[in-house]
Amino acid sequence: MTQPATAPTATAEAAGDRSAATLVLQDVTLEVGDGEGKVRALDGVDLQVHPGELVAIIGPSGAGKSSLLAVAGALAAPTSGSVRVLDQDLGPLWERGGQSALARFRRERLGYVFQSGNLLPALTAADQLRLAYRIAHKRGRARSFDPQPMLDAVGMGHRAGSRPGQLSGGERQRVSIARALVNEPAVLLVDEPTAALDRARSQDVVALLAEQCHERGVAGVMVTHDHDVLARCDRVLEMVDGRLTLAAA
Amino acid sequence: MGVVIALIAVLMVMLSGLSGGLVNDGVSGLKNLPVTAFAFDEGTKTDNAFSRSVVDGEQLAAWRDQSDVEAATPIGVAIVNAVTDDGTQIDLTVFGVEEDSFLAPTPSDGSGLGAPAGIVVSETLRSEGVELGTVVTLDQTETELEVVGFTQGQATFGHVDVAYAPLATWRLITLGDAPAGAAPTEADLAGVDADHASAIALQAVPGSALASGDTDAVAAADAAAGTTTMTLVESFNASPGYQAETLTLAMIQWFLYAIGALVVGAFFTVWTIQRGHELAVLRAMGASARYLVRDGLTQAGILLVTFTAVGVAVGLGLGALMPEGMPFSLEAGPIAVASVVTILLGLAGAAVAVLRVTRIEPVTALGGAR
Repeated sequence: MTQPATAPTATAEAAGDRSAATLVLQDVTLEVGDGEGKVRALDGVDLQVHPGELVAIIGPSGAGKSSLLAVAGALAAPTSGSVRVLDQDLGPLWERGGQSALARFRRERLGYVFQSGNLLPALTAADQLRLAYRIAHKRGRARSFDPQPMLDAVGMGHRAGSRPGQLSGGERQRVSIARALVNEPAVLLVDEPTAALDRARSQDVVALLAEQCHERGVAGVMVTHDHDVLARCDRVLEMVDGRLTLAAA
Repeated sequence: MGVVIALIAVLMVMLSGLSGGLVNDGVSGLKNLPVTAFAFDEGTKTDNAFSRSVVDGEQLAAWRDQSDVEAATPIGVAIVNAVTDDGTQIDLTVFGVEEDSFLAPTPSDGSGLGAPAGIVVSETLRSEGVELGTVVTLDQTETELEVVGFTQGQATFGHVDVAYAPLATWRLITLGDAPAGAAPTEADLAGVDADHASAIALQAVPGSALASGDTDAVAAADAAAGTTTMTLVESFNASPGYQAETLTLAMIQWFLYAIGALVVGAFFTVWTIQRGHELAVLRAMGASARYLVRDGLTQAGILLVTFTAVGVAVGLGLGALMPEGMPFSLEAGPIAVASVVTILLGLAGAAVAVLRVTRIEPVTALGGAR
């Protein structure tokens, strides 16, 4: 069973070792809604994720998993607490209200893998990567980008010319992982990557995610409902009522 | 969407053709004249000024004395009903001009003005069966005139074919002194004691104030001559119905542009809403709002340019099928301008819609926040 977040040892263990962590969330709170409808989606969350580590976050629907991804991914400003990526505090970016600065931060430091891949229907696998590269880099450099090695790395080199509609769910997620890694992110944020996959493909996809995080030294955070894939992850934490705790073994 | 843009472009070409055709039908007789400006009798209303105005020899002399004027010559304008010798009823705008003046027509066929009863008519009258030697009898006066030449191309005024006649013959007709049932002779013309005309056609000295349209200089000359001067283009409004027709068509054309902009805007509004999640994903990946707006406008631009070109091509094809006699004239300039306006206003409509991307929250890319 999970241990309460207030237990010092459990909290410290759940948070992870702070030394040289790529992603550090410290006492992060997120409140959403107004007035009586106000909900505390995150409640004093501490989390550190190291380079090359894939951390899984599990928990029931509405526990705050996606809110954690949103805050860690510079998509939502925490109500209190701090979020640091590679020692850069995201707070000032939010305080300045600079959407362009946040967008730049996301394209330079973060990678996202969304549910069902969320690939653009009109683009081939290679073009999905080219687009991501183009967003992350100057247009001139994008012309010289070759997506083939990255597609090969996720086992999709042979489907470079295929559009999402021609790919299976597992293949779409593989392309989505390759797309998320194109900008060489420090942190990879993964939202329910196996939501639409069968068991075998789910194992393959999470194994690929772990492999890529390890090989590239990327700090990975994966939100999932799928308990079958947790063995592939380096750490498993549980989110309950906005609090993060170590998951039971 | 592309089909809608193409249809708007087709309509735009058709309207441009009709507009050009009506303009030609209304004032091609004036457009082709080597004239800088026309001087009408002082205070003449712009509308139908050619038929309202009467100028005399003194006013002509006053203009000839102006240093800015290289040449000034009287022109008489009268619209008459007539019948050809084979019984075809036709309408004619008789332009009475001095045979040796700069207004005298250079015929494409036949001879020029000279004989008292000789007229040079618009080439378009050939479709009515008019040929060289055709005798035209004017209604009411029953004066007979003979076609001695044809103009180069269409020459119409107020949607009526132009017939150039010697100014003295025109005076004879307008005074009602022309012989009934016969052609006017030299003796008839010699008996005309009048120096009136409808207006004075002016050719300016190149680089002069009159040539540049200096209103102060023109006003001073008008005051001296007792006239009201209009440039050649301004004088088009003096053609019957010209202003009303062109304004109506212009209004229809601008409504079409507005509809085009609205349709394109509506399409891109739906497009942006439909792609909301996709755009949120791109924003989450770090795409700036400016990048997405530029991307949307680029797609809109490609659509607009491609399908406007398709529509123009179809419109030109349809234009070639227009029945003879329909006032329809396609010119590259107006079509190019209309195409550019269609594209620019379409882009403006798309811009309003595409700017919605700046309000898309990237956090909605996450499944739990959908």
